[in-house]
Amino acid sequence: MIPAPFEYQRADSVEQAIEVLSANEDAKILAGGHSLLPLMRLRLARPSLLVDISRVRDLSYVREDGDAVAIGALTTHHEVANSDALQSLCPIVPFAASEVGDPQVRHVGTIGGSVAHADPASDLPPVLLALGAEMVVRGPGGAVRTVPAAAFFRGLFEPDLAPNEILTEIRVPKLAGRGWSYIKFHRRAQDWAMVAVAAVAGSNGSPAAVTLANMADRPFRAAGVEEALASGADPATAAARADEGTSPPSDTFASAEYRRELSKVLVRRALEEALAG
Amino acid sequence: MATTQKLVGAPVLRKEDAEFLTGDARYTDDLVVPGMLWMAVVRSPYAHARIKGVDTSEALAMPGVVAAFSGADFEWAGPLLMAWPVTADINNPPHYPLAKDKARYQGDGVAVVVAESRAAAADAAEAVQVDYEALPSVTELEPALAKGAPVVHEEFGSNTCYTWKLTNGDVEKVFEEAPVIVKQRNVIRRLIPNAMEPRSIVVQPTPSTGQFTMWSSTQIPHVLRTGMTLATGIPESKLRIVAPRVGGGFGSKLQVYPEEALALELARRLGRPVKWTETRSEGYLATHHGRDQVQDMEIAADRDGKILGFRARVLANMGAYLRIIAPGTPVLGAFLFCGCYGGEAYETEFVGVFTNTTPVDAYRGAGRPESAYAIEHVMDALAREVGKDPVEIRRMNFLPPFDEPTQSIGGLTLDSGNYPATLDKALELIDYDGIRKEQQARREQGDQRQIGIGFSTYIENCGWGPSKIIGNVLKYAGGGWEAATIRCHPTGKVVVVTGTTPHGQGGQTTIAQLVADELGVPIEDIEVLFGDTDVAPSGWDTYGSRGNAVGMPAVHRAAQKVIEKGRKIAAHELEVAESDVEFSDGTFSVRGAPDVTRTIASLAFSSWTGHNLPEGLEPGLEASAFFDPGNLVFPFGAHICVVEVDTETGETEIVRYVAVDDVGTIINPMIVDGQVMGGVAQGIAESLFEEAKYDEQGNLLTSSMTQYLVPSATEVPNLVLGRHETPSTTNELGVKGVGETGTIASPPAVMNAVVDAVWHLGITDIERPATPERVWRAIQAAKGGAA
Repeated sequence: MIPAPFEYQRADSVEQAIEVLSANEDAKILAGGHSLLPLMRLRLARPSLLVDISRVRDLSYVREDGDAVAIGALTTHHEVANSDALQSLCPIVPFAASEVGDPQVRHVGTIGGSVAHADPASDLPPVLLALGAEMVVRGPGGAVRTVPAAAFFRGLFEPDLAPNEILTEIRVPKLAGRGWSYIKFHRRAQDWAMVAVAAVAGSNGSPAAVTLANMADRPFRAAGVEEALASGADPATAAARADEGTSPPSDTFASAEYRRELSKVLVRRALEEALAG
Repeated sequence: MATTQKLVGAPVLRKEDAEFLTGDARYTDDLVVPGMLWMAVVRSPYAHARIKGVDTSEALAMPGVVAAFSGADFEWAGPLLMAWPVTADINNPPHYPLAKDKARYQGDGVAVVVAESRAAAADAAEAVQVDYEALPSVTELEPALAKGAPVVHEEFGSNTCYTWKLTNGDVEKVFEEAPVIVKQRNVIRRLIPNAMEPRSIVVQPTPSTGQFTMWSSTQIPHVLRTGMTLATGIPESKLRIVAPRVGGGFGSKLQVYPEEALALELARRLGRPVKWTETRSEGYLATHHGRDQVQDMEIAADRDGKILGFRARVLANMGAYLRIIAPGTPVLGAFLFCGCYGGEAYETEFVGVFTNTTPVDAYRGAGRPESAYAIEHVMDALAREVGKDPVEIRRMNFLPPFDEPTQSIGGLTLDSGNYPATLDKALELIDYDGIRKEQQARREQGDQRQIGIGFSTYIENCGWGPSKIIGNVLKYAGGGWEAATIRCHPTGKVVVVTGTTPHGQGGQTTIAQLVADELGVPIEDIEVLFGDTDVAPSGWDTYGSRGNAVGMPAVHRAAQKVIEKGRKIAAHELEVAESDVEFSDGTFSVRGAPDVTRTIASLAFSSWTGHNLPEGLEPGLEASAFFDPGNLVFPFGAHICVVEVDTETGETEIVRYVAVDDVGTIINPMIVDGQVMGGVAQGIAESLFEEAKYDEQGNLLTSSMTQYLVPSATEVPNLVLGRHETPSTTNELGVKGVGETGTIASPPAVMNAVVDAVWHLGITDIERPATPERVWRAIQAAKGGAA
């Protein structure tokens, strides 16, 4: 619980933070700290320098932007969960944010920090993947690039971010009345998902998007389910393919075998909810 | 001021709450002593390893590091206190604060560093180089007893610690002839106690006098002082132990810990104050664990379900070393495998087993949750076996109500009991017939969510004493009495000193309630002091639900002595015979002349000045009393749990929980309710959530609160509480204990409900805790699918 020695520097702007990151090899961004600090306290992470961006307030916002809603990376889970704009335009995002951790975590932890941590058991990544969200990433020299969720999550704790890049914004599409469901299976309210399912109904007759948390090394697109739905299968039949291509972990919470079966049950329930009415 | 409103029995708000809720309370870790050093313990990452060398040179060279020692650098006056050798031939390995030649569990201390700051100590501990030779290890009970198993203590040749057996009646004959025998194997999982406040120690030496003050987050300052004297040779007269405010223990702070002896010895060696506070994950390794048994329970009955005999064989995990009462902890339940039922024959056998795991010792309920589980779980199985309702099978086997001491087949003399009454009352609080109908309907529909109802009509024994019996019959090395002093100050304010050490039980309030009633002093004028061996020099501390059952009668007796002395002074002042002085509601009055009075407050003043005391009477209005009970006390009750099981996912939800407890005369019903709620929450935890797990190398897998599932408020249902009061015959107040009843009662109620929800699918039992996966696997196996 006592971290290894490290240096600390507060950045007042994204540009300054990127500058410091570029100049220090083992530096890490500190936002809400709810992913990084526990690892440091267990001495599993030993960054030489923490660049604290938590006071960069212009990264905390939710605003409508054309067909999308833009969410600043430093927006806390609590703010996301209680955003009127998101609740009316893309309600699956605030719902999933309300399932993150406990109230204390949600008041300090940020959506950007959580997404950039790329934990396959996290709540937001599968939702962003199902929505086809985009990540806005800024780098040295004012470089800005936009990465689709499907490309952003590259592996276990491995986001598409260079050491001197910062995730600054997440853009989610407006749902415009499309049905959705997020079902998180966990033992305690504050736990990560043992398995979670996000389902978003398609627009204009296109098939639903179905994604899974904690069934692979990254948020996982249940392509088998989507394919079955596209060819007209009912939710129960399609859900039977939920674990196709997955590689769920076996850990103290559950075996991989159980997670596979659980994913089928949860996908069926999520589809029934998302596709109802 | 005389009060006529009696406080005993009233839900008086807790006197301690203001201090805790505002943050005024000072815990050990809040203490900062000038010149204080921090200690960090280097712990074995291996479950079992030969220690071939310890190199502290790199650590010693680090900034802020004052000292570093390995186990070989200490010569102790004696091992850490192990106070309960249950049998004459027990294998009892001496346990010293640091391992010297061999580490025997992951977390076993092998070296210690001391530095100017906590961070420096943590960094230096990481820099100590230990040369380990890893050895094969064993963590589970049956593998530890198997031929060729790694041996934790080579000198014993095997991992058997002791075998303890109790037989009443002709057990063999009863089991041979009984038409119905039901057997169950129960794995009672290893639990991690998780007191809210981690352990912490500060030792301040006074080198010029050779005195030491130790603050420790402990339940047992008195026992700890003796333990420290035995380990370090520092005489008790030079040792003051203070347990300041303590944030829970559940038995995990009923211990004489290696870190306590180390901090004391280092403070002596270095002549400077030394502090240590465990981190939560360190505590998961270094603070003792609880439970961990494999039980083979058998019950013999006639075809109607009338019980004839009980037989249990229990393997109990001791962990790597014997901690303070580890061997006796399972034995605390040894007499209760018959529950509150009658029968002709009874046998229990316990085998203590060493393994390469964190030592196991008392955890809330200590031995009784295990025995209650064995009997109450098998009762529901017996009901199914003979085709009876679990309510009916209990009613036909209950001992009839009694208010005089009564012998049980388990060998106990029960103080008082009325088992049908608590069951009746609990049934009034649920719609039993309605729930059974709904259950039947869902079964017929093959509903995805199935309903189960579980019962537990438990009994337990608590109120640790009497000294003669626990010493001579149970071979416990300590005493079971309690002490109290009541001191009336000149202005009529009262201080009560108790030898118990409340750490969440509300003793400051309940003791003050009793004394307010008995002396007629306003409760605001009463302070309750405890937890400091200089303030409360005598006592046996708080554990085993003894604070009320043993501590309170001592307070009562001290109050009676104060009243008797007051009567002498009042008679003298009023110039009447003592026999003419009556005492009521805090006022002494002359018989027949009720206006001629003295109060405790006025007598406190006159006894302080001493101007007009009877010839030969000592000044001062204070008295001490010691109480050694003649028997244990035996709380009981009926808990009913209703669950819904999702047959697709295996998830269990408790939809209703009713608890009716009889804990004797109640001092404060609000505090009783709180104790029951907390206890039930912990019982639900071990039934559905908590389970410490090791991997095959002996690594603790559930090494933090992320993996070890302590449920939060969200996962614990609202409880419906009822109450019944049958005064105990063990003490003059009629009080029993309530600290552990909920933890003892609830696991069988919950697990019986889970099994009841799915047994129609062909499932006879489910292992604890009933995780979604375990329930799902049971359902798959019953279906004949893969599991």
